[in-house]
Amino acid sequence: MDAILLQILNGLDKGSAYALIALGLTLIFGTLGVVNFAHGALFMIGAFCAVTMQRLLGLSYQVIDETQKDFLGNPLTVNVSYMEGWFGPEIGQAIVDWSVPLAILLAIPVMALVGFAMERGLIKHFYRRPHAEQILVTFGLAIVLQEIIKHFFGANPIPAGAPDVFAGSFDFGALIGLGGGSIIYPYWRMVYFLFSVAVIGGVFAFLQYTTFGMVVRAGMADRDTVGHLGINIDRRFTIMFGLAAAVAGMAGVMYAPILSPNYHMGMDFLVLSFVVVVVGGMGSLPGAVLAGFLLGILQSFASMNEVKSIIPGIDQVIIYLVAIVILLARPRGLLGRAGVMEN
Amino acid sequence: MFGLDAKDTRFLLIVMFLTLATPVLLQPFPETSSLAQFNAGYPDLMQRFAIFGIFAIGFNILFGLTGYLSFGHAAFLGVGSYSVVWMYKLLDYNVLPGLILAVVVSGLFAVVIGFISLRRSGIYFSILTLAFAQMSYNLAYSVLTPITNGETGLQVYSNDPQVLLTEAGPHLPHLFGLVMSDATRVRLGDWVFTFNFGYYFTAIIAIIVFYISLRIFRSPFGMILRAIKSNRTRLDYAGINTKPYMLAAFVVSGMYAGLAGGLLAAMDPLAGAERMQWTASGEVVLMTILGGAGTLLGPVLGAAFIKYFENIFSKINEGVLHTWFGWLPDGLEDFIITIVHPFVGEGWHLTLGLLFVLVVVFLPGGMIEGLNRIAGLFNKKSEKSEEAQDSKSDARESQPAE
Repeated sequence: MDAILLQILNGLDKGSAYALIALGLTLIFGTLGVVNFAHGALFMIGAFCAVTMQRLLGLSYQVIDETQKDFLGNPLTVNVSYMEGWFGPEIGQAIVDWSVPLAILLAIPVMALVGFAMERGLIKHFYRRPHAEQILVTFGLAIVLQEIIKHFFGANPIPAGAPDVFAGSFDFGALIGLGGGSIIYPYWRMVYFLFSVAVIGGVFAFLQYTTFGMVVRAGMADRDTVGHLGINIDRRFTIMFGLAAAVAGMAGVMYAPILSPNYHMGMDFLVLSFVVVVVGGMGSLPGAVLAGFLLGILQSFASMNEVKSIIPGIDQVIIYLVAIVILLARPRGLLGRAGVMEN
Repeated sequence: MFGLDAKDTRFLLIVMFLTLATPVLLQPFPETSSLAQFNAGYPDLMQRFAIFGIFAIGFNILFGLTGYLSFGHAAFLGVGSYSVVWMYKLLDYNVLPGLILAVVVSGLFAVVIGFISLRRSGIYFSILTLAFAQMSYNLAYSVLTPITNGETGLQVYSNDPQVLLTEAGPHLPHLFGLVMSDATRVRLGDWVFTFNFGYYFTAIIAIIVFYISLRIFRSPFGMILRAIKSNRTRLDYAGINTKPYMLAAFVVSGMYAGLAGGLLAAMDPLAGAERMQWTASGEVVLMTILGGAGTLLGPVLGAAFIKYFENIFSKINEGVLHTWFGWLPDGLEDFIITIVHPFVGEGWHLTLGLLFVLVVVFLPGGMIEGLNRIAGLFNKKSEKSEEAQDSKSDARESQPAE
């Protein structure tokens, strides 16, 4: 029992990341009808927002401290970070410590801007062109974004730590009465899961309960009719693109403590996220979320030693196998609407 | 000649000449000049031109003719490499058995993968091929280690059986005693030309497979493939079963990729799983689109262009830039170098990505379309004065785009 629970928990953090990226991909595909191969790059830029925030908050200036002397008796020069200088040592240090969650504040505007720029500058010219060309142009764009990040941050992974409060692990088994020590789970992964549930819930609520969301949903169902009613649906779709980019960015920011950001992490996630989208069903938002979590958990089950001893190597291929089976048996995916990209 | 009309024969002869003269043509700058670093006439790079040319020609038979975008062709490249190295390990360093095995095995792989993937079209086809390639890559890295030697990569060890190997036989990849890395250097004044057996071996194979692809383009089979691209439903209604044609195209292009992979191992007796990674599949897509999908020569141009960039452009570092712009005033020099530097050297991928985006947006026909447009400009100008000559040169200029 606890072994199964542990694998489910282990699958949740990866599954959350897949679900968040796939959600954005599906939003873009459902609204604009564009297959966005650059979405992984947006996730990666989000992760580097966390790195940037960490560096910004860590900026410091030098002061000469008269109370401390070095061994020659001269006053010591100490680095004081601006945060400590402005807010006092305690709050300042807390701010620096919480740089990754705070980076969300940076990521949302940055990612929305990047999203707007991408959509207005490039992707809007590709609405009417075949999906293959959309894949190609966004693939090229992904290379460009990746190289820009590589130019500024270098090729090596840069660690960005979680706040100290969430640094360790906690005893999940004791918490739910399964006996202490049976399930040890890192805090931050739990935070990531809860965060992604909140974001996913927020996006769904936005689409379901606001007028704006209603119009967007109407536009997804029948773009032309909504246009004929005198609603500027293109502008709303552009905003949705920005939103999808922001979701990918937030997913990236919060993933930074789990996987140190490097410039090609987006591509690694993108391939899997596409598989997730296809398994969930092109254009289906609940499908994307469901498939994201399902595949994440499935992957973690496949990497159990018991399973691996029966079918060696299954952990490496399980997601692709599932994708192939789903595509052949039920091409519209788990929750896809009939008739959407089915041929 | 060879079952081609006069126009195609001339085209083929030009391609043959260009391929065989590459060691001279790509060495335009004398060894002593500062531009010598732009020379591409060294064996390793020329072999890559030919090998990736073959890869791209094969990919183009699938993508260019039928419009099916495969994101998993690197799997065949890897399979080809592994086959050749295994033949080294079991028999001896003669490349021929390995290359035959590479083509056969990658063909078999392509039959299986193609049979399944071709049940879907559009983006689903892309994702299915991608899934298969990633599976092969992941397996090659993990459980298939006994066959692929995992992360280390497959190579020949001294305790391998190598049953045909004699003491006298060359201990390097060779074709019946002709060693691939053998090269003759010819010095003409300041120019140095390297004629390498490995390059000529790959070049002759490249010419042969180019000829095959030319025949496919001109054949009724090629016509059906093109018809699939423009309207598959209509073909179905016309009573033509398109599936066998698609599978045949997929298998042929898979065999091309396997051959290219085999040749990679024939030049350098190593095979690693990273050749199967999806970035390698992406690279051949870049090559084909950049050069011009659906044209005969485009993919080869694209492959040569990208490999040239990768090897030559990436070597331009800050020091080289300083020597170039040294004649400028200091402030201006630094300014220009700050701007140019991110795009060259380590950052050549950035230039490639930008170029690729521009090509997809503005020149969907790739470099070939660009060349045709330029040729068209000149033709328009000369049209008024010499109309008679125009039709002739027009026919010649539009040839590469078939």
